[in-house]
Amino acid sequence: MERLVVIGAGMASGRLLEHLLEADPTAYRVTLFNAEPRGNYNRIMLSPVLSGEKSFAEIVTHDDDWYAAHGVTCRFGERVTGIDRDRKVVIGERGEVPYDRLVFGTGSDPFIIPCPGHDLDGVIAYRDLDDTNRMIDTRPGSRAVVIGGGLLGLEAAAGLRMRGLEVTVLHLAGHLMERQLDPAAGYLLRADLERRGIAVMTQASTRCIRGEGRVEAVELEDGTVLPADLVVMAVGIRPSVALARQSGLVVNKAIAVDAQMRTSDADIFAVGECVEFAGQLFGLVAPLYDQAKVLAATLIGQKAAFAPKQLSTKLKVTGCDLFSAGDFGDGPGREDIVFRDPARGIYKRLVVEDDTLIGAVLYGDTADGNWFFGLIRNGTDISDMRDTLVFGPAYQGGTTADPLAAVAALPADAEICGCNGVCKGRIVEAIEDGATDLGTVRAQTKASASCGTCTGLVEQVLAATLGDAFQMPTAQKVCDCTDLSHEDVRRLIKSRSLKSQTAVWQELGWRTPNGCHVCRPAVNFYLLADWPLDYRDDPQSRFVNERKHANIQKDGTFSVVPRMWGGITTADELRAIADAADKYDVPTVKVTGGQRIDLLGVKGEDLPAIWADLNAAGLVSGHAYSKGLRTVKTCVGTDHCRFGTQDSTGLGIRLEKRLWGSWTPHKVKLAVSGCPRNCAEATCKDVGIVCVDSGFEIGVGGAAGMDVKEVQPLVKVATEDEAVEWTVAFIQLYREHARYLDRPYKWLAKVGLDWVQQTLGDAPERKALVDRFDLSQTIYQTDPWAELAVREKACAFAPIANLTLEAAE
Amino acid sequence: MSWIDIGALEDIPLRGARVVKTAAGCVALFRTDAEEVFATSNSCAHKGGPLSEGIVHGRRVTCPLHNWVWSLETGEAQGADEGRIATYPVRVEAGRILIDDAAIGRRSAA
Ligand code: SRM
Ligand SMILES: Cc1cc2nc3c(=O)[nH]c(=O)nc-3n(C[C@H](O)[C@H](O)[C@H](O)COP(=O)(O)OP(=O)(O)OC[C@H]3O[C@@H](n4cnc5c(N)ncnc54)[C@H](O)[C@@H]3O)c2cc1C
Ligand code: SF4
Ligand code: FES
Repeated sequence: MERLVVIGAGMASGRLLEHLLEADPTAYRVTLFNAEPRGNYNRIMLSPVLSGEKSFAEIVTHDDDWYAAHGVTCRFGERVTGIDRDRKVVIGERGEVPYDRLVFGTGSDPFIIPCPGHDLDGVIAYRDLDDTNRMIDTRPGSRAVVIGGGLLGLEAAAGLRMRGLEVTVLHLAGHLMERQLDPAAGYLLRADLERRGIAVMTQASTRCIRGEGRVEAVELEDGTVLPADLVVMAVGIRPSVALARQSGLVVNKAIAVDAQMRTSDADIFAVGECVEFAGQLFGLVAPLYDQAKVLAATLIGQKAAFAPKQLSTKLKVTGCDLFSAGDFGDGPGREDIVFRDPARGIYKRLVVEDDTLIGAVLYGDTADGNWFFGLIRNGTDISDMRDTLVFGPAYQGGTTADPLAAVAALPADAEICGCNGVCKGRIVEAIEDGATDLGTVRAQTKASASCGTCTGLVEQVLAATLGDAFQMPTAQKVCDCTDLSHEDVRRLIKSRSLKSQTAVWQELGWRTPNGCHVCRPAVNFYLLADWPLDYRDDPQSRFVNERKHANIQKDGTFSVVPRMWGGITTADELRAIADAADKYDVPTVKVTGGQRIDLLGVKGEDLPAIWADLNAAGLVSGHAYSKGLRTVKTCVGTDHCRFGTQDSTGLGIRLEKRLWGSWTPHKVKLAVSGCPRNCAEATCKDVGIVCVDSGFEIGVGGAAGMDVKEVQPLVKVATEDEAVEWTVAFIQLYREHARYLDRPYKWLAKVGLDWVQQTLGDAPERKALVDRFDLSQTIYQTDPWAELAVREKACAFAPIANLTLEAAE
Repeated sequence: MSWIDIGALEDIPLRGARVVKTAAGCVALFRTDAEEVFATSNSCAHKGGPLSEGIVHGRRVTCPLHNWVWSLETGEAQGADEGRIATYPVRVEAGRILIDDAAIGRRSAA
């Protein structure tokens, strides 16, 4: 009998021993080492143990009787510390064992982020029974932070939650389980976990773990501090290869083996997660079991070869059904078949290429997972069943969802037009009385006569009531990613409380995974305007100017325009601007049409530095690049002018200080003139105020760009305070209702000045608008230059690497 | 192929891009929503717009100057426009971005 020594009693080696001892019980005398103080058990079932759905005894795969019956010498709780390949002995902590053949089954070690505090008591990984017991022993009601939103982290989070802990999951990527799931399924998963009371934070990067000896809190890069009694790191694994490397075997990312599982030493083999085959690593049990079978054959001299196969993944969280397999990124020549039923939480996405299924993501209903997986593995030609594929093998004819059905099903008292309180029954009445188009319904019922966002709904009521007699106007869709109009999107974001981009893509059935350059900036704006506290501005959904906070020039350089409040400046500010122009070799310095100074031709990499210099002199971003407040032009007014009636400069500065930093559907420009001579050109601004003896005349909807528009009179007020209140309320109404890229004059043409005057004329409503504006400003009124000029953010303006330098060295 | 380490995946903003200066000119590295990384020329084939400043959507980027849309995978112009930008082999391993040294024309160390 030859001597076989196995290092590691894991899932792979357990399976190997079963195959080997069954095929030829007399070939080897086996010694089994394991660093854990126990034998082989089903590691993947630790999650049900954690959640309490199973006991440890139930997941043990090989017990003492089994080892005894098969003559396996167990050395559990003993780590192998060295191998002497010349003498062919394995060196354990409690002595040496000679071998003829040796197998590495050392698995992986959990990766621990080496951030400050990672070694505090209470910071653990999730890999073995000890980790699991540590979690089980944490008092219910304690706060746990799980770092990592992959398979393992989510199973830990769900288990901890079931044990009664307060759980927060931190995940670095934009959606959960990004390696197995597309963003759509990741969104549904997140919603499910949140419903179970698990808090999820994506794009959350851990800066450090705080505590005196014991963990007390986790601090994120953005400064957020999360109190914690337990921190579970589930951020990945590293093959456990130190011993193999030290023994002189060929080790790349893991122990290199051939298709027979043989390492660079003919008598040494490896199996499981510690293996690298053809450049590939393995982290799921299916391929490990294949390896175990091959190695068993090799060890008794039979021919066998390991070949990696397609893999599928399932999450073992009771009540979260998800399945993914194959490749599901989008790409040319690939087609998506998507089925959604948001109400039942079901999402299915199939990716088809060249008439074969190459990927599948299922959420909510995974019953057909294995059938799809079979089609993927076999490369089955699916052209015959393409139309019905997504319904699975049991498909027996079905109906496609009718978009009108939902509206048709609404009861008569369902409100359609919120502004005017018109319900469906009233509209149907008007139709029965002979109205056949939108204009007539609007005239008779006032439905959609105000903000207009319900226009689509009214049309659907018309279509549902009149049937073929109604020709549905093709509403101008936002872009090719959706059939919805801007108005529909705005309305649905509010009515369905959609508070993230993913929520919009998913619940409104976007055709692309994350929009395009047309819809994404619009949706980003709608979300931040409607949910200032819940949604955070996404710079990656903004046009370059708004992301870089500078205007891009045709040669790729940028222009920098600091604010000059109401056009007033000082000698010190001018000196700072002149110094900056010198220091950064600014080729052009120009006085703009907006009463301030433009530094044109600044290099992208210099932006943070020039901003820091300007900030130091008290100058902030002028937002000359933004869909937001631009300038407030003023004239000299009562301070100096012989005709001035009010302090036009002071009011202009006050307005600019109140409004700056706010994002709007399109740019917004203001002006305040001291008398009707109108030196500040207030009558062609989005909001223009002309001062008169008796007060302030506020006009809105002016412009002097591609269209020249004179303002329409909104209101005349007696005091400066009222002028400010009306202006702010007007801008907030515009922010809440206009479609993206409509200047106020375009929006006014759609909703009518009457409605705006009526709404703003209602004092409580006006006050509420001002409050909502101010609330938003608590978040958004910050100088982006100051934020971006700090070291860590500034580095994003420079190249990530410069290989030309290295080459020159 | 010989792969060289450019930086960490997190150094590129999600749905964003960063530039690598190379002997072959500026290469833009994109990180998609699905956590994939692509490398293409930073220069738009239309009029040289800096593609790393564009909006990244799906596996595409829109040039910030005149809105041409490019496939990050194939380098082909999308929609009605015609043209191609260079693409380079790139991969991500253990959170590090590796780019093919030879393809970007860097002199090899040997
Ligand atoms: C710098 C400046 C010209 C100047 O040297 O004076 C300027 C420069 C630009 N204007 Fe302007 N506009 C400037 C005052 C104006 C004015 C006059 C004013 O504000 O009193 C107007 C007409 C008034 C109006 O807006 O109604 C004006 C109407 C436009 C328009 C047309 C807007 C429209 O609704 O039709 C655009 C195009 C757009 O925004 O889509 C535009 C767009 C631009 C852009 C941002 C074009 C672009 O996207 O690259 C230019 C940026 C140049 C740069 O790199 O800095 N600019 N632009 C002025 C900056 C003012 C400031 O201090 O912020
Ligand atoms: C909680 C959890 C849930 C999982 N869920 C799934 C799932 O649903 N599906 C799936 O496919 N996979 C899942 N996995 C992954 C799966 O468990 C692993 O892929 C599998 O266990 C790896 O098997 P292995 O034999 O290579 O290593 P392991 O099972 O890790 O065994 C290696 C053993 O070697 C021992 N060892 C290491 N070095 C030495 C040494 N020098 N001396 C002595 N002993 C040593 C270790 O102590 C360990 O016991 C899960 C993993 C965890 C932790
Ligand atoms: S607008 Fe009136 S107050 Fe202002 S400068 Fe002209 S004339 Fe004087
Ligand atoms: S330079 Fe890119 S679209 Fe014109």
